[in-house]
Amino acid sequence: MTTEFLTPLDAFTVIDLIFMMMLVVVGIAIVRFKDLFAVVMLSGVYSLVSAAWFVSLDAVDVAFTEAAVGAGISTVLMLGAMLLTARTAAPVKPARHWVALFVVCATGAALLYATVDMPSFGDPLSPPNAYVGLEYLKRTGPDTGVPNVVSAVLASYRGYDTFGETTVILTAGLGVILILGLGGPARRRKKPVPAKTKEAKAKESEDYGAHHVVLRVISKLMIPVIIVYGAYVQFHGDFGPGGGFQAGLIIASSIILYALIFGVDAAKEAVPPSLVRLGAALGVLIYGGVGVISLLLGGNFLSYNVLNPAHPSHGQELGIMFVEIGVLVTVASVMLIIFYGFTSRQPDISDKDW
Amino acid sequence: MNALIVSNLTALLPAWVVMHAASLIVVTPLLSGPIALILSRGRLAWAWALVISVITFALSLVLYGQVLDHGSVVYAFGDWAPPLGITYNIDALNVLILLLVAGMGVLSLVNGLPSVLREIAPKDQAPFFAAFMLCLTGLMGVTITGDAFNVFVFLEISSISTYVLVAMGGTTDRRALTASFNYLILGTIGATFFVIGLGLLYMATGTLNMADITAHLHTHSEDRVVRAAFAFIVIGLGLKTAMFPLHTWLPSAYAYSPTIVGTFLASTATKVAFYAMVRFILGVFDPGSPFSGALLEIVLAPMAIAAMIICSVQALHQADLRKLLAYSSVAQLGYMLLGLSMGTAAGVSASLLHLFNHALMKGALFMGVGIFGLQYGIRQVQDLRGLGKTMPLTAAAFTISGLSLIGVPLTAGFVSKFYLITAALERGWWWAAAAILASSVLAIFYVGRMLEMMYLREAPKAKGRTKKAKTGNVPLLALVPLLILALANIWFFFDASLPKGLADAAATALLGGGAL
Amino acid sequence: MHSTVVFWEFLTSHFNYIVVITLMMTGLYIVISTGNLVKKLVGLGVFQTAVFQLYITMGKVSGGQPPILEGVHEASPSEHATTAAATHAPATAEHAQTTAHAGIEIAKTLDEAIVGGVLYSNPLPHVLILTAIVVGVATLAVGLSLVVRIREAYDSIEEDELQEADYKTAKGALS
Repeated sequence: MTTEFLTPLDAFTVIDLIFMMMLVVVGIAIVRFKDLFAVVMLSGVYSLVSAAWFVSLDAVDVAFTEAAVGAGISTVLMLGAMLLTARTAAPVKPARHWVALFVVCATGAALLYATVDMPSFGDPLSPPNAYVGLEYLKRTGPDTGVPNVVSAVLASYRGYDTFGETTVILTAGLGVILILGLGGPARRRKKPVPAKTKEAKAKESEDYGAHHVVLRVISKLMIPVIIVYGAYVQFHGDFGPGGGFQAGLIIASSIILYALIFGVDAAKEAVPPSLVRLGAALGVLIYGGVGVISLLLGGNFLSYNVLNPAHPSHGQELGIMFVEIGVLVTVASVMLIIFYGFTSRQPDISDKDW
Repeated sequence: MNALIVSNLTALLPAWVVMHAASLIVVTPLLSGPIALILSRGRLAWAWALVISVITFALSLVLYGQVLDHGSVVYAFGDWAPPLGITYNIDALNVLILLLVAGMGVLSLVNGLPSVLREIAPKDQAPFFAAFMLCLTGLMGVTITGDAFNVFVFLEISSISTYVLVAMGGTTDRRALTASFNYLILGTIGATFFVIGLGLLYMATGTLNMADITAHLHTHSEDRVVRAAFAFIVIGLGLKTAMFPLHTWLPSAYAYSPTIVGTFLASTATKVAFYAMVRFILGVFDPGSPFSGALLEIVLAPMAIAAMIICSVQALHQADLRKLLAYSSVAQLGYMLLGLSMGTAAGVSASLLHLFNHALMKGALFMGVGIFGLQYGIRQVQDLRGLGKTMPLTAAAFTISGLSLIGVPLTAGFVSKFYLITAALERGWWWAAAAILASSVLAIFYVGRMLEMMYLREAPKAKGRTKKAKTGNVPLLALVPLLILALANIWFFFDASLPKGLADAAATALLGGGAL
Repeated sequence: MHSTVVFWEFLTSHFNYIVVITLMMTGLYIVISTGNLVKKLVGLGVFQTAVFQLYITMGKVSGGQPPILEGVHEASPSEHATTAAATHAPATAEHAQTTAHAGIEIAKTLDEAIVGGVLYSNPLPHVLILTAIVVGVATLAVGLSLVVRIREAYDSIEEDELQEADYKTAKGALS
């Protein structure tokens, strides 16, 4: 065995050690805090440190997604839910503490027991690194012509998993539609208001943003930039970190930004709930459509080679592009469904409590 | 005869559908979900879901035919050869579950329409059916796949849609919300344990394809990583199977969910998770290794027996009808786990047969309770009084299924319990056979309590219960699937060749001809 | 003395696993111990993220680069036909056996692990974790929606209070 990579002290960089220590500290802090606001913010910090560590571990795509999801969407969702529910957690009861401690010790012991036979950190010849994973690195170039191996594996070799993943997102969207609803006109119906004239409406939206002139101007400038950046992440996914999922998050966030500055109702006029509902379904249908087309052209499901029989790797590129568009559409739509769902519920904590 | 029907069906369908049946059986219901969402009208979405589920069932018959002809079928997604790409592997073991899930999907949908129209707000009906189809998709996907990580993805499709479907009972009873949340927490812990197990398995073998993992594990000596992987996968799937004592989420989830959801889940969800457990314990890991053998005998068997006894006793004390049935389900899962823990072909075959039969009886019982609820709003055992007279047909079908649950001769339940006891005695586990008998005696009491209420007690006159039902006659749509299942409970006593044949073939393939 | 050295070597080459296991257990402890529904979901997130770290540290190769290829040489169509193995359904079990190993060799030396002159980290765990992250956020969205509804229905998000309320409901239904 070549020990060059395995010498102790050489395996971990200082930066790895720092990240690991930070994660442990943040984790323990989450256990200790009872203020939910602090807990939620710390969980965002935890995700962000994880994302940074993932960069150091060469997982750039994962880092991108973890930062966007863990530190971004999840934190925002939890803050939103916290606003609608409560601010502090009750202290842990002794009975629960001992049960939890017992489960945790048993589980941890099982894992530590296994650690002895685990491959060393960074070993290039360990079973996970020397077998199928390595084969993808060798084949992706000739098979697909896509430099980002993660994108190729995600959308082609294991494209069916990603199809399932897109379906999971749709399921979450369905869940929010069914559990919270999409709001919309229902919210106004509670207190009947006389129909507004166009001027009144305009004045209202002006009032809404009157205190936020800087925000409004900047966000108007920012939104197109964010959308362009989303498109870049989408189509650059073949060459660098990125892809449909991250792009979908970015594009949804631009609309959420619009909603935050100009009000949810204005955002709903621009992107109506019925449209996002359609979009959530459409993305999965686009992804599945690529699969069905490859069936009709004589291949197996999601076999992109048949999309361009004369030049299979171009077929691969085409297939990957279309399924990534499907992912983008569903992800962006479902993020908006979730946002609309949560904003359709009135927060019962008044502003002065903040 | 079965083979004849299947070959005729196969001849009727276009050639490319038959060729790609393995992928279409999951892709069709999957794509029907978003379309149902777009349809956005309740009855239309229901009709669409029904058509798709019938197609899915037809495809499962086609696959059954292919398994009869070829033994097993492999389908490579994206035309990538197995270790690189994801494959679907169909054999006797999972085609049995596919038939069951697809069939129960059709019957639950037919039976469930009246209750959905009653329980779910009109604007929510289309997304509700979309979620239902995705749940069906997830269950089929878990069953059919030959890729370990793909199991996780489809398990989560079915689980997340299940949390949502259970929560839909929240419009009538707020306890559905907490039940769903508890299920979500425990289900996600289970899924995460499963992912840890997969990670360890990948760490040891470098591959995710089940056949490839098996090949690796059979040629390399078992190390600590593989053992930990085994433990984590069993616990993770155990949570999803509601294996005692990890079953605490199940009773409330079944009891407070919408009627159609309770019926469908009771007859499919835990069965599919149990199937995945069988697949991993016997199909992926080496069943001959001393470690897994010891774990089966020392851990799994006692837990199975604990479930059979303790949960049967708990069922006795339930006032809520659906909770009673749910506790009984956990107890019945104990029978299946017991068969699995024997580690013999006879035990596993009996366990699979019981899985099939239990789906038939529990599906019918939940449908019966659903109809009682639809007509009279009945939820408690004591409210069953006098139903033997007021709803004779439904009560009769309910009774047949209840007798099958006990394991009375002339019902399917007798057959599988008979084989279970035989297998236990063959293995020399007389105590296991005794536990099966003891648990059956308890079943006599809790089923008997319901039957006594129905036939021996007078209907309460004060509330005007002897009058015609709220909605007039029982909707035919709700009644027919119940009658079909009740008859199936009798049919499979006389001719169990279909499930028995598949179960035997599966057990032999997993354990190699009954050798220990 | 010798055993100390062995232990030290083990610790320095497996330290990542020990930290990751600690983090997993921290998350799991939060989920089980707290009765607050939001904090339970936070704990679940910590637990899952630690599992992601398990996968990603497993795929790290010392001295490796992110798995984005430097210089891609696409195969010509004729070459392509030989690299892509086609399996069409329905195939028999024997057929599956022939395609089970698509000519994949396990790398035994460092030279075999180098692709096009470059050492890369393993892309497969990254792909799996991308999927798992998405599944995690989907679960979180559904979970938080439920928390909001539970708060509306019970006016509490503490598990003990919810159980108490449910117990009262059950007693009320019987009397």
